[in-house]
Amino acid sequence: MTDLTQLGVKAIRDGVAGGDFTAREVAESFNAAVAGASALNAFIVATPDHALSAADAVDARRAKGEDLGKMGGVPIGMKDLFCTDGVQTTAASHILEGFVPRYESTVSRKLWEAGAGMLGKLNLDQFAMGSSNETSYFGNVSSPWRKEGANAAMSPGGSSGGSSAAVAARIAPAATGTDTGGSIRQPAAFTGIAGIKPTYGRCSRWGVVAFASSLDQAGPMARSVEDCAIMLEAMAGFDPKDATSLERDVPAWEAGLDANLKGKRIGIPREYRMEGTDQAILDSWEQGKAWLRDAGAEIVDVSLPHTKYALPAYYIIAPAEASSNLARYDGVRYGLRDLPDGSGLQDMYAATREEGFGDEVKRRILIGTYVLSAGFYDAYYTQAQKIRALVARDFEEAFASCDAILAPTTPTASFPLGENSDDPLAMYLNDVFAVPASLAGLPAMSVPAMLNPDGLPLGLQIVGKPFDEQGVLNAGLAIQQRAGFDAAPEKWW
Amino acid sequence: MSEYHIKGTTGEWEVVIGLEVHAQVTSNAKLFSGAATAFGAEPNSQVSLVDAAMPGMLPVPNRECIRQAVRTGMAIEAEINAWSRFDRKNYFYADLPQGYQISQLYHPLVGEGSLTIEADEKAGIPDDKIIGIERIHVEQDAGKLMHDQHPTMSYVDLNRSGVALMEIVSRPDMRSPAEAGAYVRKLRSILRYVGSCDGNMEEGSMRADVNVSVRKPGEELGTRTETKNVNSVRFVMQVIEYEANRQVEVIENGGSVDQETRLFDVASGTTRTMRSKEDAHDYRYFPDPDLLPLELDEDFLAECRASLPELPDAKRARYEGELGLTPYNARELTAEVETFARFETLLAETAQATGKGEKDIATPVANWALSVAPGVMKSLGEDANPSNATAKAQARILAMQDKGEISGGQAKEIYEIVLRDGGDPETIADEKGLKQVSDTGAIETAIDGIIAANQDKVAEYRGGKDKLFGFFVGQTMKAMQGKANPAVVNQILKDKLDG
Repeated sequence: MTDLTQLGVKAIRDGVAGGDFTAREVAESFNAAVAGASALNAFIVATPDHALSAADAVDARRAKGEDLGKMGGVPIGMKDLFCTDGVQTTAASHILEGFVPRYESTVSRKLWEAGAGMLGKLNLDQFAMGSSNETSYFGNVSSPWRKEGANAAMSPGGSSGGSSAAVAARIAPAATGTDTGGSIRQPAAFTGIAGIKPTYGRCSRWGVVAFASSLDQAGPMARSVEDCAIMLEAMAGFDPKDATSLERDVPAWEAGLDANLKGKRIGIPREYRMEGTDQAILDSWEQGKAWLRDAGAEIVDVSLPHTKYALPAYYIIAPAEASSNLARYDGVRYGLRDLPDGSGLQDMYAATREEGFGDEVKRRILIGTYVLSAGFYDAYYTQAQKIRALVARDFEEAFASCDAILAPTTPTASFPLGENSDDPLAMYLNDVFAVPASLAGLPAMSVPAMLNPDGLPLGLQIVGKPFDEQGVLNAGLAIQQRAGFDAAPEKWW
Repeated sequence: MSEYHIKGTTGEWEVVIGLEVHAQVTSNAKLFSGAATAFGAEPNSQVSLVDAAMPGMLPVPNRECIRQAVRTGMAIEAEINAWSRFDRKNYFYADLPQGYQISQLYHPLVGEGSLTIEADEKAGIPDDKIIGIERIHVEQDAGKLMHDQHPTMSYVDLNRSGVALMEIVSRPDMRSPAEAGAYVRKLRSILRYVGSCDGNMEEGSMRADVNVSVRKPGEELGTRTETKNVNSVRFVMQVIEYEANRQVEVIENGGSVDQETRLFDVASGTTRTMRSKEDAHDYRYFPDPDLLPLELDEDFLAECRASLPELPDAKRARYEGELGLTPYNARELTAEVETFARFETLLAETAQATGKGEKDIATPVANWALSVAPGVMKSLGEDANPSNATAKAQARILAMQDKGEISGGQAKEIYEIVLRDGGDPETIADEKGLKQVSDTGAIETAIDGIIAANQDKVAEYRGGKDKLFGFFVGQTMKAMQGKANPAVVNQILKDKLDG
């Protein structure tokens, strides 16, 4: 019998539906894999019972000849930013340690309704703030990948680093991620998996711990483009409980997959050719163009002139929103409360938040508070919003002459844990290629392209027009078919 | 009538007043959550996950609250902004679960409008005056802290958290406590007409932040203070009185007024510093990223407009112009929703009972509604059963009076019995003999007798002593035991004496 943990979403779903194996067997295999991978620290809590009971329900439905759902029998990892009814939800923070919601996020609910089960809650950068998974209160996540001939623990990327590590290590066939400024795409690129951030508003934000509301968007992370398409279909959809939710039908992305790009034009943004970008990354980009040309697409040059302002604007807007979104963690109603003897309300706030937030979270709250302050608001926040509009307009104009944009996902491959942790600016640069699409709210995905000379995965990014996830997935599929990326990390954990 | 001025040692001071009225929107649900909004519910029994700001919860605007604010804007003839936006006002407090209040700073729902306060000589308002309203925006209310439940801790009740408020911001157009009082009353009346706020100040449905400054007439505006959360018309007037005098005293003693937020102390009728400008929060307003801009389409606006009732000013004008009521009666009847509603029902019933047009009977009905009926009710005190005060019964009494079957005094007596014991007005009139005689035969017989018995007076009257007419009327009424129809008596007397 095959090792079920080597299978992806589609293979599991079809195998369960076809009776090749039961959903319970799948859940048991992955539960065991999760239990055996504690060295990765990918999960904050494992929920084997959740996976098993969901699997049993699917098996029971199959026995009755009922529909098993889009994700029937597929156990997944759930980023610990999604509130899950009855299961601790922490956003990898101390301040929410022990917090058990009595409600289920819309996205996770839809996944359970589609027949998926939960292997556990995945580690992440605290409140999704980070690009290396080194800001979690529950410890770093290790990438399953290592440089060839080296033992140093590598970053799985962030903030969805638990998700990327788990999927790359085959301890979960797929996982949810969230992407505010690259938090799905960058970790996917670092670990040789696929991940898509849909158009802003496709997936409900209801029940997702907020980082930066105008940017946060959930999406799937899996080992193939097909798996991403399947899972995104299950996650997406209008939600009246989220005022920014898109009131649009969810297309049949899986059925619409088509790697033939004849007649499509793929734009190459000249401003993405930045200094400091690894040669291997630039080579992969060239290779990506060749693959897409081979798939029938025409490659065209496009310009996104405001690209260089995108990252600074992002690091004003995202912290500004975060500083306000995180005000609710005050020790009054839930989560950590630090009430020193004889102290009053203000002291309680100070002590609770001092104790409950990590350094990176505090840094961003401070930045956000500063840029929104009277006297600085116009110079920072208002300017940043203008840049955001210009960045969005850049894409709009570029899309007049192309159907999708191809770019690297990251400027470098993964780096050893600890290497950038003292240099926030270097860390922030990781998202330089990812952030513009976030500011513009566009669908964007990373697909694995190749290994670099160190044996580490590199990803390619496709950015699409608003609502054109299908175009993005199709270009991703064309790359996937030509890249033939089947490298997997050697098990050391 | 002189203007309202504070007399200081250095001369007269003018008072400049602006009001920010917070009015709770009448709606079954909160502004951004589905939780209920009933007053007086058990603490924390009307709190949704959104109101408690649980992680991952999101606000969704409640269309009814927006609709009510738009209708209110239309009622003050304000500009309605088809595009508006919500902003976050950030500050930490235990009654504010999100750590920010969702409000509208930059792009309010309702722009410039106004209302008119009526002339009231007695109150020192010589002419009608238009008070500008700068804007109305919608925002969330906060929860409530309870300090008396535990020796060392404060409790938080979030029932009110997230309830929709309209903040109605006036221009600094008022110059006296009386004008401010009239403004609040007028605004309250409009809100209640529209149905967008119940105007209940005691329950906190309506409260005012009172901005006061003083200046020498004609000079630049002085520094203002803002006294928060004043919850009655009387208190608003007290705050202004106190603040204006305090500020004059401060300035005349060589000091200067601090721009600060103050609290009103009901017991002493004074205000005191709550926080000074230096302690003022930096609210870090910015557009709420959880909410899209609010865009109102034509259909929505048209529905809001079509659903507006006749408003106080229009109603008052109609009462005077079409119904021919006195200005006093028109004003009194239109001041409160309940009053005009009762009046209009009674008017319709009476028109039906008499078969006359409303304008032909409006004046007696108005007098009845404003003075006669309340007088009877009051004189009965606890003996009155208000449920007997039906429009139908009153209309029938009024109709009998209109036909001359009963006198005004009899109408009161009948109504008294109706109120106390219930029963059918006509039957009561019959059974208790509360009917006046309009039978000319009986009256003529009585008059003939009186003329015969008073030939000397008849001669004097005919000789030019007109005043004696009243004597004959009195004698006739006495002879008829007060039950004769005075109009008939007058007519017959005139015919017989003059003829």
